[in-house]
Amino acid sequence: MFSAVKNNLGALGFLLFWFLAASGITLYIRFDTSVQGAYESIGALEWWFGGILRSMHRYAADAFVLVVLVHLARELAAGRFRRFRAFSWISGLPALWLMYASGAVGYWLVWDARAQFSALATAEWIDALPLVGGSIARNFLAAEAVADRLFSLFVFLHIGLPLALLAAMWVHVQRLGQARSTAPAPLAYATLFMLLALALVLPVESHQKWDPLRIPALVDIDWFLMFAHPLMYATSPQALWLIAGGATLALAALPWISRGSAPVAARVDPDNCNGCGRCIADCPFDAIVLSESNKARVIADRCASCGICAGACPSSTPFRSARELVSGIDLPDLSVQDLRRRLQAALPAEEIVFSCEKAQAGGIALRCLAMLPPSFVEYALRHGAGRVRAVGCPSECAYRLGLELAEERFAGRREPHLRCNVQVARCGDDYAFTLR
Amino acid sequence: MKRALRIAAQLALYLPLMALIGYFSARPQFRQIGDGEALVRLSLIHAAQRKQACRDRTPEELAKLAANMRAPQDCPRERADVLVELELDGRVVLRRTLAPSGLKRDGQAALYHRFTVPAGRHRFVVRLRDRAEGDFNYAADKVIELAPGAALVIDFAATKGGFVFRG
Repeated sequence: MFSAVKNNLGALGFLLFWFLAASGITLYIRFDTSVQGAYESIGALEWWFGGILRSMHRYAADAFVLVVLVHLARELAAGRFRRFRAFSWISGLPALWLMYASGAVGYWLVWDARAQFSALATAEWIDALPLVGGSIARNFLAAEAVADRLFSLFVFLHIGLPLALLAAMWVHVQRLGQARSTAPAPLAYATLFMLLALALVLPVESHQKWDPLRIPALVDIDWFLMFAHPLMYATSPQALWLIAGGATLALAALPWISRGSAPVAARVDPDNCNGCGRCIADCPFDAIVLSESNKARVIADRCASCGICAGACPSSTPFRSARELVSGIDLPDLSVQDLRRRLQAALPAEEIVFSCEKAQAGGIALRCLAMLPPSFVEYALRHGAGRVRAVGCPSECAYRLGLELAEERFAGRREPHLRCNVQVARCGDDYAFTLR
Repeated sequence: MKRALRIAAQLALYLPLMALIGYFSARPQFRQIGDGEALVRLSLIHAAQRKQACRDRTPEELAKLAANMRAPQDCPRERADVLVELELDGRVVLRRTLAPSGLKRDGQAALYHRFTVPAGRHRFVVRLRDRAEGDFNYAADKVIELAPGAALVIDFAATKGGFVFRG
C-alpha cells in the first residue's frame, strides 16, 4: 500500500481534487451566500450527510495539500526537475499557489472566527505589497464594511481559483506520456474511506461567528493551509513575501541552476520509420510527434534518452538480415545495432542477462528495461542462450513508465510483444525467459 | 482470510496518515493575543489636501496653451503628506508620515497598524494633519475600557468629523 501511495501521488492529487469539486458543489447547494446567512447555513447542515460531507471536504483539502507537498519533496529529492522534466516542474509552481489560495478562501466562506483570522491575515499580507497600501484589511474591520458583495467575491474566488488550479494541473501533466491522473481503485477507495472515518471520528465544527469587535486569544488553525499566517505574525508581512517569493523563485530556478549534462536525443531514421506511432504512444515525456510526412519526429529538448522508443519500434528486431541494423528510431550513443553486436558477441551462453543500467545486474546494460525489444529475447534463445534474464531497476523507474511498458510487452499485452513460443517467469522486475 | 488480513494491514497503514491530517487540521492552536490582552488597530485611508492652492493663469500663460487646454486655473494635483500620531496612556506609540499614493502623489494615503494592549482602561489620543503646513487639524481623545479579547478599531473619516472609534 505504501508503494502504491508513493507511486500514485499525482493520481491521488487528482482524486482528491475531484472529490473536493464534487463535495464542494453539493455543499454549495445548501450554502447561503450572504454575510448574515453563511454561518447559519453551515451550522444547519444535518450531521449525517451535510456535516459528514463538510468534514470530508475539509479533510480532503488537507490531504490534497499533504499529497502535493510529498509529491514535490519526492520529485525534488530525486532530482526530477532538470531538462526534460523542467516543464512539469515549473508548471507545478503556479498550481501550488493556486492550491493554497483555493483552500484559504474556502475557510473564509464559513465566516467564523477562524475565517476572520485568516481573511484578515491574508489581507494584511497583501496590503504589505507596495502598490496596495493598507486598503484591503479595512474590508474586514467593521461589520458595516462587509457586504454580501464581498461574499459573492469569496464564492467567485472559491470556484474560480480551483478552476484555475485544474487548468494548472492539466498543463502540469501535458509533457507526460500516459500521465497517471486516475488512482488505482483500491487506493481510491481506501483514501475515501479514510476521509469518511476521519469525518466520523473528528467532525469539523465552526468557531463562534465572525465578530469584528472580538478576537479570540486562541484559534484552531489548519496548519496545512494556514501555516503562513503564524509565520507572518512571527516575522512580518514583508518577510513572508520574501520567504514565499524567494522559495518560489528558488524552485523555479532549480532546472537552470542544476542542469546536468544534456542527454543525447533519440534520432529518427526516416527510411526505417513507417509512422506506426508506437514510439509516440510509449514515450514517457511526450517527446515524439508525427510529422507531416507521417514519420516520427523527436523534440530534442524533451527527450530523456531512455531508449524506450527504440524498444517500441517494430524495426528494432535483431532477426533482420541487414548487416547494419538501423532502427526507425534509436539512441545515437546506445543503438539497437550496438545491442545486437554485444548480444552476438556473448552468444552462445548458458545465460544472457539484459539489465537496466540502474539495476547494476551485469550483462548487457540498457538505459531502461523497456529499451529492450522483446524480439531480442527470442533471438538470444534461438542463437545459443540457455535462458535469458531481463532485470529492471530496483525501485521506481527513472523514466516513469519503463517497468510497466516492459511488463506489458513481455506479457503480450502491448506491441511489440514477446512471441508465445517464449515462456516467461517473473519475480518482481526480474524476468526469466526460456523457449517452450 | 489472507485477503482480509491484507486489507486490515493496509487500513492500519492509513491510521498514521489519518492521525496526521486530523491533528494538524486544527491543532496546535495559534495564539493571536495573550490572555488578558486586547487588540488595537489604527486603520485609515484618506486623501490629504492639495499641496498648493489653485491659481489663475495669466493671459500670457493661457495663450501658450493649446486652445483645448486653456483651463483658466492651474491646480497642481499633488497632495500633502498625512501625519498621524497615536498616544497611548500619555506615551506616543506611533508617529508616521504617510505619502499619498499614485505616480503624481495625488491619491489617498493609507495606514494600517496593529498592536496589543493589556485589557483595561486606556486613554487614546490620535492626531492627524492632512495639509502641507501647520499643526494637527484633526484630533480625538478617548478613554476606553477594553475587555480581554476586545478588538478596537480606530478609523478616520473626514466626512464624519475625524476619528471614529469602534469597539
